[in-house]
Amino acid sequence: MSIAPRPAAPRSAEPPILTGSGAVLRSLELLGVEDVFGIPGGAIIPFYDELMQQSAIRHILVRHEQGGGHAAEGYAAATGRVGVCIATSGPGATNLVTAIADAYMDSVPMVAITGQVFSHLIGTDAFQEADITGIVMPITKHSFQVSRAEDVPAVMRAAFHIASTGRPGPVLVDVTKDAQQQSAPFVWPDTIDLPGYRPVTKAHGKQVAAAAAMLADAERPLLYVGGGVIRAHASAELLEFAESTGAPVVTTLMARGAFPDSHPQHLGMPGMHGSVPAVLAFQECDLILALGARFDDRVTGKVNEFAPNAKVIHVDVDPAEISKIRTADIPIVGDVRDVLSDLSIAFQELASSRRTDLTDWWERLQGLQERFPLGFTEPSDGKLSPQFVIKRIGELTGPEGIYASGVGQHQMWAAQFIKYERPNSWLNSGGAGTMGYGVPAAMGAKVAEPDRVVWAIDGDGCFQMTNQELATCTLNDIPIKVAVINNSSLGMVRQWQSLFYEGRHSFTDLETGDDAKMIPDFVKLGEAYGCLAIRVTKPEEIDPAIKLALETNDRPVVIDFIVSKDAMVWPMVPQGVSNSFVQYAKEHSPVWEEE
Amino acid sequence: MSTHVLSLLVEDKPGLLTRVAALFARRGFNIESLAVGKTEVPGLSRITVVVDVEDLPLEQVTKQLNKLINVVKIVELEPSQSVQREHLLVKVRVDNSTRSQILEAATLFRARVVDVTTDALVVEVTGDSAKCQALLKLLEPYGIKEIAQSGLLAIGRGGKSISERVLKSDAR
Repeated sequence: MSIAPRPAAPRSAEPPILTGSGAVLRSLELLGVEDVFGIPGGAIIPFYDELMQQSAIRHILVRHEQGGGHAAEGYAAATGRVGVCIATSGPGATNLVTAIADAYMDSVPMVAITGQVFSHLIGTDAFQEADITGIVMPITKHSFQVSRAEDVPAVMRAAFHIASTGRPGPVLVDVTKDAQQQSAPFVWPDTIDLPGYRPVTKAHGKQVAAAAAMLADAERPLLYVGGGVIRAHASAELLEFAESTGAPVVTTLMARGAFPDSHPQHLGMPGMHGSVPAVLAFQECDLILALGARFDDRVTGKVNEFAPNAKVIHVDVDPAEISKIRTADIPIVGDVRDVLSDLSIAFQELASSRRTDLTDWWERLQGLQERFPLGFTEPSDGKLSPQFVIKRIGELTGPEGIYASGVGQHQMWAAQFIKYERPNSWLNSGGAGTMGYGVPAAMGAKVAEPDRVVWAIDGDGCFQMTNQELATCTLNDIPIKVAVINNSSLGMVRQWQSLFYEGRHSFTDLETGDDAKMIPDFVKLGEAYGCLAIRVTKPEEIDPAIKLALETNDRPVVIDFIVSKDAMVWPMVPQGVSNSFVQYAKEHSPVWEEE
Repeated sequence: MSTHVLSLLVEDKPGLLTRVAALFARRGFNIESLAVGKTEVPGLSRITVVVDVEDLPLEQVTKQLNKLINVVKIVELEPSQSVQREHLLVKVRVDNSTRSQILEAATLFRARVVDVTTDALVVEVTGDSAKCQALLKLLEPYGIKEIAQSGLLAIGRGGKSISERVLKSDAR
């Protein structure tokens, strides 16, 4: 991962004396950090006091710590750099927990810095005391507590190293108030002392050779691409390798953009709401090459019936992912970028002499692609089609944009109907499924990539969880564009209630539609936050609204798209069901042919 | 289910035991016994864990343990390739008629009597689990008032050391 550490200043005989706060700032600077997201509180005032007196690091004052956490995630996911968020002790720190858990599930490199009460007060139930290092143990790669100023540089360097190497993830550094206030010589460590942390990046040559041979012999191979390919910056290597093999590719929800959607070998997204060709390719393939993917239940469906005829080559930088869900015939521990380079060489050497013809396999897959393209039907209630709105946002903005989403139906449609051509252009909460991720993640991405158009494709439920960060965006000149796909309900839950709970829509009506109480009115809300806010209710208004948003860069934009609540996400593999029973639309399973 | 003995070489850092114990709990594994102590290397401790688990989930929990930053090394110690010992303190009820019988039993087990009062003896024994259980069974009829038992300790046979090669930590 690129954190681009700056070279340390030449060491003079006498190291400078800095406070612990100053040491945190100096460390951030040496680690190449340019932007941080945070909000102060009692236990972190000393740090903020020094923060305002420097200019090397830009601090974005967020309105809620969760927003700061997701912003750091969006910043990291859009660039691959470590995202940094800052909060005070107690509730400030616990408000970060959701974002930290989210970053852990999706392997986002992030460092969270929290203030802590004075070290002599720890354990006394002091005001705003929480054992945050303990709380985050199961949802971080590691957590540190610093109670002496002189320990700051080594801990900060280790924290960034852990967050950004191996399988990336969140690390928390908790700094007591006395450690922030004390002074100590600032000594930047030459080495990182972590004897128990040695991620394997270079794969075993024998395993790579075996994998290449298995792939060359496969008649129906499938490249199962996961988010690890994006985290490892391995898209270019993937493209070269995939083209040399000629094998079909699927990209998971976390991997959208890792391989161009326009590429003829791309079958789309697999999983619960994956394309029919992608879902059935798993069921019919004889070899899965899993690249930085973890056989999530949303991809496999019923595990016992998943890809019943396939052998598995599993490439992952985290050995604990290999054979966790599905036993791998060939496990390869390593950085997927390096492994793909090695595999490419090994495969091409073999392919000249032995190579299986994939024509039959492609004929079958292309038949599925022709018969089951992604699509949607126009709603019958006169409201906008949410799929069409999202599709047009993608078409008018193009592949250079960044698209962050919340969680639910709009997320699935954004994954399906926006065409991604490059990595780091699709940001979402895949593993944790955190509603409210969209707006703050878009904010973080826009800070990292100010020259790109950044959309938050949000739902009316998600938007109400974190829209306070629009204040942050307006005040700090972060002109993101928010498309609220407003179906006046918690749409995905409503869809499940319609399909599996006999239409009992228990507590999923949010009353935000134009024929409901419209609490809140998203246009008024957007205006209150200083945004350009418009409502779109007619199909002919969609394109002009998106174009206006694309032209408006002096403030954030909120578009309230009033869409049908009856629209559903299709295709669907119901939970706990075999992928073979994917439904193309309600009551419509593809014809399952015997070979 | 089958019993496995894991020996973990760990950095002696705050919260380390919580991280290890919580990981077992989170993955649904019951720790049968646990012993923690210092090692020959300053800053490194050793945790001996006995778990009752099948081989496949054991592999998963070992991989997860390896992901803990402060865990330096994990080895599984097979009974045939290691020395395994428990330490047991038992307080047994005695009177004039039973004292000599208990002392005799203790001698047979090469146990030591470490505290004597008119109505009780504290017997100390070291050995593998079977030996400790056998002594307990023998003493039971006399009336066991209290037991304090250590977790299992285990060390590999032969000349190799668990801390070999981890010390030359090639810091990057």
